[in-house]
Amino acid sequence: MRFNHSVIEKNAILLLVLALVTVSIGGLVQIVPLFTIETTIERVDGVRPYTPLEQIGRNIYVREGCYLCHSQQIRPFRDEVERYGHYSLAAESMYDHPFQWGSKRNGPDLARVGGKYSNDWHKAHLIHPQDVVPTSIMPSYAFLAQRPVRTDDLTGHLKTLRAVGVPYSDDMIAHAQQDLLAQIDPDGDGSALTARYPGAVVASFTGTPSGAAPTEMDAVIAYLQMLGTLVPFQKTPLENLVQ
Amino acid sequence: MTAQTRQPAYVDDVVRAFMVATVFWGVVGFTMGLLIASQLAFPQLNFGLEWTSFGRLRPVHTSGVIFAFGGSGLIGSSLFIVQRTCKARLFGGWQLGWFIFWGYQLFIVLAATGYVMGITQGKEYAEPEWYVDLWLTIVWVAYLVCFVGTLMRRQEPHIYVANWFLLGFILTIAMLHLVNNAALPVSFFDWKSYGAYAGVQDAMIEWWYGHNAVGFFLTAGFLGMMYYFIPKAADRPIYSYRLSIVHFWSLIFLYIWAGPHHLHYTALPDWTQTLGMVFSVMLWMPSWGGMINGLMTLSGAWHKLATNPGLRFSVTSLAFYGMSTFEGPVMSVKPVNGLSHYTDWTIGHVHSGAMGWVGFITFGALYYIFPVLWGKTKVYSEKLVSWHFWIATLGIVFYVCAMWASGIMQGLMWRAYDANGFLQYSFIETVEAMHPFYLIRMLGGVLYLTGALIMAFNLWKTATGSQDSVLQAVPVPQPAQ
Repeated sequence: MRFNHSVIEKNAILLLVLALVTVSIGGLVQIVPLFTIETTIERVDGVRPYTPLEQIGRNIYVREGCYLCHSQQIRPFRDEVERYGHYSLAAESMYDHPFQWGSKRNGPDLARVGGKYSNDWHKAHLIHPQDVVPTSIMPSYAFLAQRPVRTDDLTGHLKTLRAVGVPYSDDMIAHAQQDLLAQIDPDGDGSALTARYPGAVVASFTGTPSGAAPTEMDAVIAYLQMLGTLVPFQKTPLENLVQ
Repeated sequence: MTAQTRQPAYVDDVVRAFMVATVFWGVVGFTMGLLIASQLAFPQLNFGLEWTSFGRLRPVHTSGVIFAFGGSGLIGSSLFIVQRTCKARLFGGWQLGWFIFWGYQLFIVLAATGYVMGITQGKEYAEPEWYVDLWLTIVWVAYLVCFVGTLMRRQEPHIYVANWFLLGFILTIAMLHLVNNAALPVSFFDWKSYGAYAGVQDAMIEWWYGHNAVGFFLTAGFLGMMYYFIPKAADRPIYSYRLSIVHFWSLIFLYIWAGPHHLHYTALPDWTQTLGMVFSVMLWMPSWGGMINGLMTLSGAWHKLATNPGLRFSVTSLAFYGMSTFEGPVMSVKPVNGLSHYTDWTIGHVHSGAMGWVGFITFGALYYIFPVLWGKTKVYSEKLVSWHFWIATLGIVFYVCAMWASGIMQGLMWRAYDANGFLQYSFIETVEAMHPFYLIRMLGGVLYLTGALIMAFNLWKTATGSQDSVLQAVPVPQPAQ
């Protein structure tokens, strides 16, 4: 029997079904294995959920559309590794809802900006970027310093993140409020925070008095200062990085 | 004749509303583009306010152009095309038609106002938050039902090729939208949600969505327009029926695989990147097949370009389509992408497609459809159409050339080493070097926007002018008794 395309042209439902099958194949082949092949995520230590302050900072980063000018994805090129640091791993964004790899560098990559500049530098830069980089084309984010972060819905955020797969423990959720305040209080006892979130930076990011709610700028700087710092590359065997 | 006039008319009020919305959102979207392009040259134009910063306005531009301008043009012209090629009144009548119109406009306004206030999912081209996504889902299902319902009550034995593409577009966008936007809101009363996927899987799903927003929204849908308006304006049948079939199935099959080329050299596994690259290169063939099918439709009718300036837009759009669907596969090859990615080259590529292909095919359709829908024999001023054509073309040339130059230059500067083996340029030096090109791009944007304003004036005069015939409801042709 000779195939005749006019059969499809005369039946709207058949056309619809065949088109749907045709457009489904590529996505299924490319997406499903990323969830099932275990080596998609490299086997490295150190990656943990974000502290409450870091997660709030990350949400502000998303809200302001920072990803539209800053990538968070270092490619395995000589110049990128020299400029920004070790190439990015899938493991490093495994708790990122949403991912913020970006697609355009109007500004530099931020995947490993953590620890490269001081908190004071970040504060000055966010308030008026041209004060520290005179020819910068970045907008001012001075308003972040004026605004305290919302703290009443913290557990809701962590619980929602847990529901989509971030391993926040009951302990982390129960202490979200304390952890938030502890992270901007270098004079307090931050040991409970760093026990729950190893490697978390405790600092007076913008000089907010201890006990007061952090500002949005505290949160953004806390997030920036941890970016790309979690994986101990010196102690990671190379074969663990193979996907 | 009395039997004829008792027949229900095509639902054209809705189409008219969509066409007006297309022109309106076009002007808004291009203006936003010009503003954010200017911000990159002069950061003072961010005004120090959160609502006017680049990061919040950029989605207003992209959604404004893609979903508001492109979407209104697509939905409106698809409702025009499906009724006429099926010789059938719209399924659901004016009620469903108006629901789709106002529902879609509400979606646009909800999305854009959210962006300005910082309400975003943070995924490019999928920025609207969960409640806006849910609303769009309802509207889109209504659109699908309306479209398929109209196909099923057609008086023609065959479904015309334009409708295959339009159906493919509606279906695939539904699939992409549902999968990519799966998210869990923090609470029912909170706009904030967290997406269902994280990291590398989220990246893959986002660019499967993002690339096929290009492939199905900006390509398949507009090819549906091409397959109707070019034969109509040229008064010639489609060049090759067989090529249409091959074009349709190969395009929709191959396009969906191309997403990973947005993630070359990232933490996405190599096998996925390679698949994305190979399919992107293959995609060149159906793309050019479609272009050839459109261009060859004009054989024997090329002289009409001299007398029909609207057709000039449609034909030039195919030239831009051919150019950007050649450039795309080239940029998807990994070593080329290593240079082009993260630079303005990508921006230039997107704009040769968006301004040249999507913009021009839409302008051509608008110049065809306005006189038809408002009962005039032709547009108010063909001279102004010519002015629009040349000003806009010049604008695209400025824009795209500036972005090629700045993109390739920045890519090369990032990887340049000095004689001592150190990186030659700091990042900010590469930003400074972009400034002159950003000025040229602004000029391109001014020209393109000027052209659109001329068109808005011309179409307004066409619709409201007293020139010739009065508007009549067009009866749906009925089969002979």
